[in-house]
Amino acid sequence: MSPDTLALRAFRGIAAALLIVWLVLPLVPLAVWSVARGWRFPDVLPQDWSGAAWRYAVSDTSGVMDSLWLSVGISLGVAALSVLVGIPAGRALGMYQFRGKGLVEVMILAPTIVPGIAVALGIHSVFIALGLTNTVAGVMLVHLVPTLPYTVLVMAGIFANYDPAFEAQARSLGATGWQTFRYVTLPAIMPGIIVGGLFAFLVSWSQYVLTLLIGGGRVVTLPLLLFNFATSGRNDIAGAIGMIYILPGIVILALTARRLSGQNAALPGGKRL
Amino acid sequence: MTDRLRIILLLTPALLVIGVLFFGGLAVGLMRSFSYMPVIGLTQPNLDAYAAVFSSASFYQSFLLTFHIAFTSTVISSVLAVGAALLLRRSFIGKPVISFLFQLNLTVPHLVGAIGILYLFSQSGSFARLGYDWGLIAKPADFPALVFDPYAIGIILQYVWKEVPFIGLIVLANMQAIGEDYEAVARSLGASRWQTFRHVLLPMILPGLLSASVMVFAFTFGAYEIPALLGQNHPAALPVLAYRKYTDVDLAARPEAMAMAIVIAVMSAAMILLYLRLSRRSLGRRP
Repeated sequence: MSPDTLALRAFRGIAAALLIVWLVLPLVPLAVWSVARGWRFPDVLPQDWSGAAWRYAVSDTSGVMDSLWLSVGISLGVAALSVLVGIPAGRALGMYQFRGKGLVEVMILAPTIVPGIAVALGIHSVFIALGLTNTVAGVMLVHLVPTLPYTVLVMAGIFANYDPAFEAQARSLGATGWQTFRYVTLPAIMPGIIVGGLFAFLVSWSQYVLTLLIGGGRVVTLPLLLFNFATSGRNDIAGAIGMIYILPGIVILALTARRLSGQNAALPGGKRL
Repeated sequence: MTDRLRIILLLTPALLVIGVLFFGGLAVGLMRSFSYMPVIGLTQPNLDAYAAVFSSASFYQSFLLTFHIAFTSTVISSVLAVGAALLLRRSFIGKPVISFLFQLNLTVPHLVGAIGILYLFSQSGSFARLGYDWGLIAKPADFPALVFDPYAIGIILQYVWKEVPFIGLIVLANMQAIGEDYEAVARSLGASRWQTFRHVLLPMILPGLLSASVMVFAFTFGAYEIPALLGQNHPAALPVLAYRKYTDVDLAARPEAMAMAIVIAVMSAAMILLYLRLSRRSLGRRP
């Protein structure tokens, strides 16, 4: 390529700086609000600082911690279920060619395109009859819809590069079906289980309207609580909850940064449908 | 066990979940939108809900607003994402920072971004305070309405914030897979930078860009919490209107809510078809 002109390099530098500022910007007021006391117009920065919002958030009476653990429990459970269902489906799609495979793929990927509210109203009227509305179990079941496509996709990618000859070898050496799965298959697909599970956790973690509808406002996960505080003008508490709410994403990013080789690993499905 | 049986068994759990919950949910929504509900004695399907929806001015206002939100957000995000990907293709000082922030941004839920936008752009938000500080405005009301506004600027800003990294990382992955050889050839044959981008790189990244854009359009058309937080009361975005109708004390409004949900589903199905067509055509044109 021809050498870049000075103007082009300057333009790139400015664009990069603007991009960095823009990416960080919306998170800044949340962080500042969480430690501000009475930050009124027109103060650009708070006149006074306070840890009251954080103390409130971690206190037993506020319910923030209850919501946090409820959210953690729901998302962990959903991730585990999603992986459990995703492993066999991923094996079928990754290792076999069969008639109707394209249709099966479109069906499994459809929830990544069709918005939750379009299906959630119908699910809600069925769940009323089944007694699943306003329950944690109902919320977890409905969270499977947006998470499953990702775990299936990740597992299909793993099984596409998986050699079943190792399983046959283990069996020929006398291993039982369970032993073969436990000591041959499972270690080989473990990276997919971890990445798919973390992905499902994050997708479940960020669900709002599915939880609101199916949980009927009774299953108060962290985003529901966050929304309530943000719309009732308690900006300081919303700021603290917001900071807590984005923490798992940051931790997962740090954990997987080394494991994943980069861009596209974070984006299953991006190139598929 | 034959392969065929094995495949069926392996796929059963996933297809059961998707089939019952996703397609079942859609089917029940469709039935109820026709006011067909044998369980409570409604055995005569009719088009009353659609008639009510399609004859109400507020539905059209909501539909147009939602289309505007989705279309504008998608176009702005796509253009900026391609620019960002071009930037990230080179190595420079800020590159690791931007790469990290892009991935971080993917993990931040939309709701958090929406609250951030609210605190930045509302009439008593950070920018209004800066404006006051610099003597540009005298009171909050002087600051232009960027949230709860008729043009949904705040909503679009939030989507652009979230979706530029999403589309950008997909496009960047495509660019890195393609490499720079084709462009080098074009340049050596005398093509300008713009010509090289327009006729060499863009056609090759188009399938990835389109698939990402379609996902963004469908998402922004059907998302609830962002317009619920940043949008004005009337007209509300279609998903907000559908939710309100569904949770209305008047149960008779539920079929209308279902009809709106079906409109949203049909829009996203149209997106999938449009994408499949576009991607096939652009693939067919490639040498």
